Amino acid sequence: MISSATDPALRAVGLAKTFTLHAQGGIVLPVFDNIELTVNAGECVCLVGPSGAGKSTLLRSLYANYKPDAGKILVVHRNETVDLLAAEPWEVVEIRRSAIGYVSQFLRVIPRVPALDVVAGPAIAKGIPADQAKALSKTLLTRLNIPERLWPLAPATFSGGEQQRVNIARGFVVDYPIILLDEPTASLDAANRATVVDLITEAKARGAAIVGIFHDEEVRRAVADRLFAVA
Amino acid sequence: MRAAAQFQPARRQPLLSVRQLTKMYGKTVGCRDLSFDLFPGEIIAIVGESGSGKSTLLSCLSGRLMPDQGSVIYDLNHKGPTDILTLSEPERRKLMRTDWGLVHQNPRDGLRMEVTAGGNIGERPMAVGARHYGRIREEAQNWLAQVEIDLLRTDHRPKTFSGGMQQRLQIARILVTKPRLVFMDEPTGGLDVSVQARLLDLLRCLVMNIGVAVVIVTHDLSVARLLADRIIVMWRGNMVETGLADQVLDDPHHPYTQLLVSSVL
Repeated sequence: MISSATDPALRAVGLAKTFTLHAQGGIVLPVFDNIELTVNAGECVCLVGPSGAGKSTLLRSLYANYKPDAGKILVVHRNETVDLLAAEPWEVVEIRRSAIGYVSQFLRVIPRVPALDVVAGPAIAKGIPADQAKALSKTLLTRLNIPERLWPLAPATFSGGEQQRVNIARGFVVDYPIILLDEPTASLDAANRATVVDLITEAKARGAAIVGIFHDEEVRRAVADRLFAVA
Repeated sequence: MRAAAQFQPARRQPLLSVRQLTKMYGKTVGCRDLSFDLFPGEIIAIVGESGSGKSTLLSCLSGRLMPDQGSVIYDLNHKGPTDILTLSEPERRKLMRTDWGLVHQNPRDGLRMEVTAGGNIGERPMAVGARHYGRIREEAQNWLAQVEIDLLRTDHRPKTFSGGMQQRLQIARILVTKPRLVFMDEPTGGLDVSVQARLLDLLRCLVMNIGVAVVIVTHDLSVARLLADRIIVMWRGNMVETGLADQVLDDPHHPYTQLLVSSVL
């Protein structure tokens, strides 16, 4: 399928997800069914719904981290529209690497890897020269108020808020066409929340399609173009 | 989490193609009807409990055990895709000491304990024709540095090394010939936790830099999460689930995989 300029950046079609818990008597938990979500370039859609409604599950499904039972996730990759759920594993890796940024709720730290390298990792993996990737990372870490003395340290000992800001920097180091954000401002103070709002606004301005979960009303008002209720 | 920077999307030719591999021990299933592809630079973790067939699979893949059925097709240098089960013994041995490597769980099985650390690393290059002593020693020390072993230990025998050092030496001994495919059997198995983390991080960096493909057998899911692009879950000799590492670990579908994931402390 060849895409045209009018194709949305991200489209979920007929997405359904249930969890079957085999260890607990095979109980089946339906999460969502028949989700239709279209996100255009430059647009930010906020997922809303009560806790447990499946917002994070939907977000993880859009990254193909969770495997939906039915439906398609159509993204534009190398000028073609591809279904993330039908792609081979190595294609999923490649599509994620160049097309989809995902900021999880918690940073997964790797022993001994310095914060600067954690942030630069996705850019280097995408093929950006290491010195350039690190320069970008330093700019982001500075904007997110991570003091320079922490850059060479592994984030395992950082506070929750510091880890989250490292995670955000990691998600914005590449100019992904699609960005998925799972409560990026949850444990941040007002100044850092404002920086995250700026980063999102800048990403929208360059044409990124953003799907996010924001519990902070103020942040949501500042960035959301549209709300999408997950029921 | 691993960035998989070494994935070569343009080369879709698998490095290794396993088809319908079956090995029985009498009436007991070792492994049954296993098929998968491994691409250049890709890391696959085979996870499962003791007796699930993961070591049988590794032995069949690495030519130490002859399966009853199936094929193991490897993209040989200068020759192209070839079923390694049809290779002669000398051909297979040559492959094992050049383009392939096997990292044993117990470093004593993979090292020569009476030969110096430098000699252990120099053995594979010498087996394929390296003769210049100075260059071999230089290369050996280069690798000792890469696996974080003090160069003062170059002429010491590995039996004077700690378990973690021995394991790092074994890895240097294998990687020195720049293999394209390495098999690892529980490489962190006998090490204490602090040493495991260091070894894992080291392995992660080395394989990313070299771009070597790895088949790693482990019962430790955090090893799989840290190192692997993809995971194959084995249960009673069968492949019950496979997918990207984060998919299998975060959204396991098969009852056994769910049990495995939920058992992580």
